[in-house]
This record gives sequence, structure tokens and C-alpha cells, in this order.
Amino acid sequence: MIDGATVLRFPWPSVERQRLGVAFGMWTFLASEILFFGGLFLSYAVYRSLYPQAFAVASHATSMFYGTINTALLLTSSFVMTLALHASKKRARALVVSCLLLTAAFGLAFLAVKGLEYAEDIDKGLIPGPGFTLEPDTTRLFFALYWVMTGIHAIHLAIGVALVVYLGAALLSERMATESPAVEATSLYWHFVDSIWLVLYALIYLPGRHAP
Amino acid sequence: MSQIAAVEPPPEESPTCTSYLDAGHTLVSWLTTTDHKRIGILYAIAITLFFFIAGFAIGLARLELMSPRGMLLTDEGYNRLFTLHGIVMVWFFLVPSIPATFGNFLIPLMIGARDVAFPRLNLLSWYIYLIGAGFTCYAIVAGGVDTGWTFYTPFSSLYANGNVVAAAAGVFVAGFSSIATGVNLITTTHMLRAPGMGWFRLPLFVWAIYATSLVMVLATPVLAMTLLLIVAERLFHLPVFNPHEGGDPILFQHLFWFYSHPAVYIMVLPAMGVISEVFSCFARRRVFGYVMMIYALLGIAIIGFFVWGHHMFVAGQSQYASLVFSFLSFMVAVPSAIKVFNWTATLYRGSISFEAPMIYAMGFLGLFTIGGLTGLFVASIPIDVHVTDTYFVVAHFHFIMVGGTVSAFFAALHFWWPKITGKLYSEAWARFAAIIMFLGFNTTFLPQFIMGYGGMPRRYHVYPQEFQVYHVISSMGALVLFAAYTLPLVYLGWSLFYGKRAGPNPWGATGLEWQTPSPPPEHNFDEIPRVDAPPYNYHPEKEEAFEPQGRS
Ligand code: HEM
Ligand SMILES: [Cu+2]
Repeated sequence: MIDGATVLRFPWPSVERQRLGVAFGMWTFLASEILFFGGLFLSYAVYRSLYPQAFAVASHATSMFYGTINTALLLTSSFVMTLALHASKKRARALVVSCLLLTAAFGLAFLAVKGLEYAEDIDKGLIPGPGFTLEPDTTRLFFALYWVMTGIHAIHLAIGVALVVYLGAALLSERMATESPAVEATSLYWHFVDSIWLVLYALIYLPGRHAP
Repeated sequence: MSQIAAVEPPPEESPTCTSYLDAGHTLVSWLTTTDHKRIGILYAIAITLFFFIAGFAIGLARLELMSPRGMLLTDEGYNRLFTLHGIVMVWFFLVPSIPATFGNFLIPLMIGARDVAFPRLNLLSWYIYLIGAGFTCYAIVAGGVDTGWTFYTPFSSLYANGNVVAAAAGVFVAGFSSIATGVNLITTTHMLRAPGMGWFRLPLFVWAIYATSLVMVLATPVLAMTLLLIVAERLFHLPVFNPHEGGDPILFQHLFWFYSHPAVYIMVLPAMGVISEVFSCFARRRVFGYVMMIYALLGIAIIGFFVWGHHMFVAGQSQYASLVFSFLSFMVAVPSAIKVFNWTATLYRGSISFEAPMIYAMGFLGLFTIGGLTGLFVASIPIDVHVTDTYFVVAHFHFIMVGGTVSAFFAALHFWWPKITGKLYSEAWARFAAIIMFLGFNTTFLPQFIMGYGGMPRRYHVYPQEFQVYHVISSMGALVLFAAYTLPLVYLGWSLFYGKRAGPNPWGATGLEWQTPSPPPEHNFDEIPRVDAPPYNYHPEKEEAFEPQGRS
């Protein structure tokens, strides 16, 4: 081992086993997360099939511009995250740390853009409730789901940023070994949050776009 | 695993290993422990507290029901009491009961691991559970909730005037604790089995907790999301379930029962695991159809995901959906019946001894069978339309959840008590409590089938005179039941101070957990054991000399 921090933790019998186990545990957790979002996706499917026109109208009111920028930002962040993982396997500590910080930066950029988009949405009166401006009424359902889905995604992403920063800091201060399984676990989580965004992008910004 | 023929305790505990109880005596050492055994005990203490809180609530309600006019409580007050009872019992007692206490304590011991896969996550999930409980307690203290434990919309999201947000937040948070426990136990079972401990050498208790954990991980998040939507609707007026705005309240029920039917298997699968261990030990026989029992567990867990619609026969779902859900509900009965028949076959020609855990387990067998059979009644559309929201349903699910799960919980408690504490309890008192519990249970819930079938609706506290006699019998039964639940506190507590020391294996049982000293050492095994035989290696023919030490 190149650095002082140990990889093996109690109660694992070997580093190999631990690596497998940590990844396995993360996948299990992600299965759970998929069902968490699954409840929302199901609600979305129900209401979209009940009110297809309203959903097309509502989707037109969202900002394709911000949505697309954000998709690009997240895809890039995932790429950098993958570099971090590779570097960790090669035990290139400095490279891992810089990739992690870059990943976090892309994540923060996403959140900033999302904030701008939210501000514009509020301006346009797209919060269901008294000031809601869009017609017909059932577009509120779309926006109810919009706020919940993107809100929860943003919380997930914020947690992701915190994890990545924590990991980077731990590596930088040599409290954690470069090849720690935590890097893989964090990257799995990060990719998951990105994948959810890809689905959201398709659900929120694209419906009815081909129509005039 | 090598056969444990000798039941004698080793003359001297090996001095190298301290027991997990002696590893630290301060409160801080308990509250910061990452030892799965101590965490199991932390859970046990917490859920016992909630069991009695919820019990007192329903005790009051049963007192109210003694008279048809309802003189003790207001309508509101009554609603809040049964809601409190339901929420706390289901989410803060039943769901964590066996998996979080005995699962935590025993799974690593049974598979030959030093701890669960993620010890710190394990401790964290106990704290998450407490935070959830804190929210719910706040909701109670602040005046309670009146929605029933099911939070049906649009009542819960638009009209209810109790603390729905706090209560829902409590359940939401507690859900994460059960997901974390599930992830932990699944990973442990996959990754930390001792050499030679193949999947088909696992004790059925491990299989049961494994299947339960799968259900926890896959069903709980859907409930979490559903509760979040209610909270969003109440706080921010998002119209997801509001019919005035095009929302669909029935969607709530689909999402809710998608979790909550599987949740009944979160409660009952671990119970099934316990019963298999206890039966084979006290009948001194291998579990009949061991492999089939595993498939039955998995079958129940899987089909359980596809039957939620049987809670919605009268809720306005399409009749075709109802037909399918009815059919699938009958399908669950098949693996359940396999389990019951196999247990019976295990007992057949076994050399049975009626120690206290065995009596509790026998109680389980009878009560679970009645609960399961009446499940077929309510899964039949015409009968369900007649008995929906009557005491018939109340009796049905109490037979499963209380008669089944709680009996099994007590069986487990008595079976593994000597292992956990290193002490033997008074066998006579324990048997007495077990029998009283069975009698009290039946006195409480059998009359509810009759009055439910006769039309007594659930959730009402004023009712026609003709039902009074049943209600009075039921309330008397509840009193007996209450006594039966409190007794173990006394004699088990007593055993802690004055009980005889238990050897490592007082019942002469098989299984790795019985090969460690009682109480087990801090890290379970000095050396990870090798397993070289199938489980339940009992040999009744060679066992004439068997005399459990549990007797006193
Ligand atoms: C195995 C453990 C079981 C448990 C713990 C359990 C628990 C419950 C609970 C808590 C309810 C009440 C729902 C409410 O408040 O409306 C219920 C209702 C119901 N159960 Fe079970 N149950 C179990 C097994 C079964 C089985 C095997 C079946 C069918 C074969 C079944 C069919 C039903 C049906 C159809 C209802 C709905 C009744 C109605 O709403 O009118 N249950 N059960
Ligand atoms: Cu059900």
C-alpha cells in the first residue's frame, strides 16, 4: 500500500471481499432508490395518460434551454467521476482529488442553473396554488410533479456534492487510502443521480415538443 | 457445522474473550456501539416502549367500547386513539420487531460472521428510527392524528385537522431506518457467510430475514414517496391527490398498498423463520422440506408485491383489476399453506418437548392458520364487499399480525434469551404466560369475527345494543392479554439478576449461534468457523438422553 491509511475495515475478511461488498450494498440501496422515484414516475404516467394535452401545454412552459444545459453539465460530471474512479484504481491520489473536485464543481453548476430556472418558473407563475397562470387547470398536476421530482433530484444531487467533497477532503488529508472502496460507492451514487436526471429531462422538457 | 451432541456447558469460559455485555458498562458505550448484538438490544428496548404506548392507547379505546353509547371519549378522541394505536404498532413495533432485534443479533452469529457488513450504518439506522419516533411522539403530544394508520386521501391531505405532517414525517423517517437495515442484512447474508455456509445450508431464520430485507428495500421507498406527496399537498397545496384539481385519490391507495401489503410480509416472514427454528429444535427433527420452505418464503415475498389491490375492492377500481388481485391473493395462500403443512410434518413423529418457546410457537401455528384462512375470505370479492371495514377485517389482521407475529416474537424472545443474556428464566412462569396469552388472544379477537360478520363497522365507538356482549367479551380478553404481555417483563427481568447461568446451548439446538458462549463474545468468533453439514442436524434416535436445561 502506498499510503498510511488502511483500506480494510472490520468485519471484512479481505480487501477484495470488502470491495465487492461495498459495491453490492450500494447497488442494493440504488434498487431501493429506483423504487423511490418509481412512485413519482407512476404518478406521472397516470396523469399524463389522463391529461395528455394539458401535459403537452405544461411541458411547453418549461425552459428547454436550462434543461439542456443542465443535462450537458451532468453528463460531463459523470465522465469526470469515471476518471476519478480509474485514477483511484491506479492510486494516483492527486488526480483523484482533482477529478472529484471538478465533479463537485459541475454538480454545483447544475444546482446554480436549476436555481435560475426555478426563479424564472416562479416569475412565470408556475407554482400550483393561487397565483398559477397556466390553462387548463390540470396543468397544475404536471407542475406539482415537476416541483416534487426536480426538488427531490436536487436534494439527491446536493447530497452527492457533499459526499464527493467529503471524499476529496479525506483523500487530500490522507485520512483515506486512494484505492478505498468508498470511491466506487460514491461514483455509483453519482451516476445514479445523473441517470435519474436523464429520465426527468425526457419527462419534463420533451413531451409534445414535436407539435407546433 | 459440526453436530452439537454434548449439551454440557464448557467448564470454564475461555478467558481470552470478554462477552459483548462486559465490553463496556457505561451508557455512552451502549449509545456509540457498533456491535450488532448491542444494537439489537437497543432496538428491543425502543420497540418494547412503543409496544406498551400503543397498547395503552387501545386499552382506553376498548374500555370505551364496553358501552354502546360511548361515554368516555369524544368522537375525535376515539379517532385519535385508534390512529395512534395503528401507527405506532405497525411502524414502530411490528415492522422493526423481529428483523431489527433478533435479525440484528442473530444473523451474523448464524452465518459465522464477526458483525454485519456495515456496522456504523447499523447504529445510524437505530438513530434514524429514534428520530422518526420523535416526530411521531410530537404528533401525539401535540394532539394526535385522526386519519387512521392508512392516511387515506383526500381526508388526510385536505380535511384532517390533526398533525398529519408530523406523523407522516415520522413514518417517512422510520422508513429509511428499515431500508438501511435491509441493505445491511442483505449485504451481510451475501458477502459474509463463513466458509462452507452455502445458500442451502443457511438456517431458515436467515432465509426469512433475507426475504424480509428484500421486501423492505423494495417496498418502503414507495411508501416514503407517497407520504412525501401527502405532505407536499398539505403544506404547499400541490394537487396530486386532490380530486377538485384533477388529482386522483385512488392513486394514493394504489401507492400506499403497494407498500403496505408487502409490509404485512415484513411482519410475518421473520415470524415464519423463528417458528422453523423453534419447531425443529423442540421436535428434535430436521425441518421437513427444507428447500421447499425456502422457495415458499421467496414465493410469498414475491407474490406479495402483486396483491395490493385486494384492499381496494370497494374503492372504485375496475372489476377486472379486482378479479386479478383476488386471484393473485389466493395464490399467496399456496406458499403459506406449504409452510404450515411442512411445520406440521416436522412435528409429526418428532420427540416434542413443550418448553416455553415451543408453546408460543404452537400458539403461532394455530392463530396464523386462522388468520390466513380468513385472509381467503377477504380475498374473495363477494365476501369482502360484505365485510369490508367491519370488525371481521380487524379480527383477520390481528390474527395474522398479533397472533402470528407477536406470538413468534415471544417465541424468539424465550428461545434466544439464554443466548442473549446468558441467563435462564423461570420455565414455569414462562409456560403460564404463553398459555394465558393464547387464551387472552382468542377471547379478544374471536368475538370480533362474529360481530364483524354481523355488521359491526370498524372505527366506530357508538354502536347498536346487540353488539355489546361481544364488545364486553373482547375487552375482558384484552385485559387478560395485557396481563400476559406484562408477565414476561417481570420474570425475564427477574432472570437477569437471579437466573441460573445458561450454558452455551441450553436447548441442545444446532446452529452456529449455539456454539459460541452465552452471552457471545464481543466479536462473535475468535476464529471464523467452517461449516461442513446441512442445518438442523438433529438425530432424535440418538437423543434419548436429551434433557433441556431450560427447566427450573
Ligand atoms: C400473512 C400475513 C398477513 C397480514 C400481516 C395481513 C394483514 C392485514 C391488514 C393489516 C389488513 C387491514 C387493512 C385495512 O386496514 O383495511 C388486512 C386486510 C386484508 N387482508 Fe390481510 N394479512 C395477511 C395475510 C393475508 C392473506 C394471505 C390474504 C389473502 C389470501 C389477505 C387478504 C386480505 C384482504 C383481502 C384484506 C382487505 C380487507 C378489506 O379491506 O376489506 N391477507 N390484512
Ligand atoms: Cu394486503
